[in-house]
Amino acid sequence: MSVIVRIPTQLRSLTGGSGEVHLDGSTVGQVLRALDGAHPGMGERLFDGDGGLRRFVNVFLADEDVRFLDGLDTPVADGQTISVVPAVAGG
Amino acid sequence: MDYVTGLRCRECARTYPAEALHVCDFCFGPLEVDYDYERIAAAVEREQIAAGPQTIWRYAPLLPVDDPAPIDLGTGCTPLVRAERLGAELGLRDLWLKNDTVNPTGSFKDRVVSVALTKARQLGFKVAACASTGNLANSLAAHAARAGMVSVVFIPQDLERVKIVTTAVYGGHLVAVEGTYDDVNRLCAELTSERPGWAFVNVNVRTYYAEGSKTLAFEVAEQLGWHAPDHVVVPVASGSQLTKIRKGFGELYRVGLLDEEPHVRVSGAQAAGCSPVATAFATGADAVRPVRPATIAKSLAIGNPADGWYALDAVRASGGAFAAVTDDEILDAIGLLARTEGIFGETAAGVTVASLAKLAAQGVVRPEEKVVAYITGNGLKTVEALPASLGPTATIAPTLQAFDEAVDIDIDIDIDTGADADLDRRA
Repeated sequence: MSVIVRIPTQLRSLTGGSGEVHLDGSTVGQVLRALDGAHPGMGERLFDGDGGLRRFVNVFLADEDVRFLDGLDTPVADGQTISVVPAVAGG
Repeated sequence: MDYVTGLRCRECARTYPAEALHVCDFCFGPLEVDYDYERIAAAVEREQIAAGPQTIWRYAPLLPVDDPAPIDLGTGCTPLVRAERLGAELGLRDLWLKNDTVNPTGSFKDRVVSVALTKARQLGFKVAACASTGNLANSLAAHAARAGMVSVVFIPQDLERVKIVTTAVYGGHLVAVEGTYDDVNRLCAELTSERPGWAFVNVNVRTYYAEGSKTLAFEVAEQLGWHAPDHVVVPVASGSQLTKIRKGFGELYRVGLLDEEPHVRVSGAQAAGCSPVATAFATGADAVRPVRPATIAKSLAIGNPADGWYALDAVRASGGAFAAVTDDEILDAIGLLARTEGIFGETAAGVTVASLAKLAAQGVVRPEEKVVAYITGNGLKTVEALPASLGPTATIAPTLQAFDEAVDIDIDIDIDTGADADLDRRA
């Protein structure tokens, strides 16, 4: 299954400048681990020591915060978009 | 000349140049402005500040940008008023109100926008953008108009009608987004990556923008004769304002403008319908869990607050507390503030005053403390949140009889009548 992952500026040095990456996986966590496989270094930027998302990383599936869904276990469907977005914004 | 030495990640301490950067490339932690405080201490004096402009720019050495002609509508130096009547109602003997309803566009946001756009212009930006719950929208559109910058303001579509009109009037782009503020914020955070030539004041310029809120501490200390208060009560949306007020008092001591190290207790005010930080405080949690807002206090309706962690830390470390108040309590508090002190605040002010009342009743805010409550937005902006029952206390025919029948004001009044007053004037 192919999923689109949108990459913020801060991580584009790891994707050769690309703002969008196509990956496979059936959960949000699987897709993000595939992102680390395809672009080494992503994992340590996105995950803390316990394997959870860093506290200032927000991840959205189809524009919904995955913390309102099942977090990294949230299932993803073919063609859906995952956005990685820095949490520090607004107010 | 400014005194900025660079930016530093609050989480991992990596350093960055003073450019349009807001989060750490490595850990996504927020960036803070680093200053050369020794040079500031050598440069600032109370007398020189007192002789400065009647705006936030009198504190320029402690702001992240210096410009002889900042983008300014006359922001700051708002009244700090002793609130004896409200204090008496709440059992507080030394209560003060920082009245930021009288800033140029009616809220504290003028402070942060003036700083952010002055810095953005210095960095070469010509487009000013933001995600807003309304007050920022007003302020950004106004400041951009004054500076001749293009403005692009993103708001949730269900915003109060007044805040929409008072943004649109300045003539920039105003984009209503179908969703909550958190949806708008997420969109703008993503757009920042796609529009690197735009200054999103609360995204890529946020590091500088947030520093503007320190002036809320600077002014209060100066207005109290260069003394810090014992306790401040601050409304919490993203949590940035609260953390920056605490930082501001600390900086004044660091650069020698306060003689004694301040120990300001900092308490936070949230609406019960959007209280992620107050909930974390109440449950003893370290994590701030996002919520879906449902409150009339739309200017505070941020369910996923960027600085929630730091606001929680600041309140805990300072010995303060959080309160969360219902919509009914907010409306009651707007009325209480207006009828005791003559200040008409918006719904966020209702949150602050209702929270102050709750914290005073709990004994968290103590009767003898010098307390400052921050009234951050003007009531004219949120008139539609007020009950429809507010209106004339009587409607009558234009006759004395109708008046006497409808209005019974039985107060013993002893005043000079005309004859005596004339004698006094001649004397």
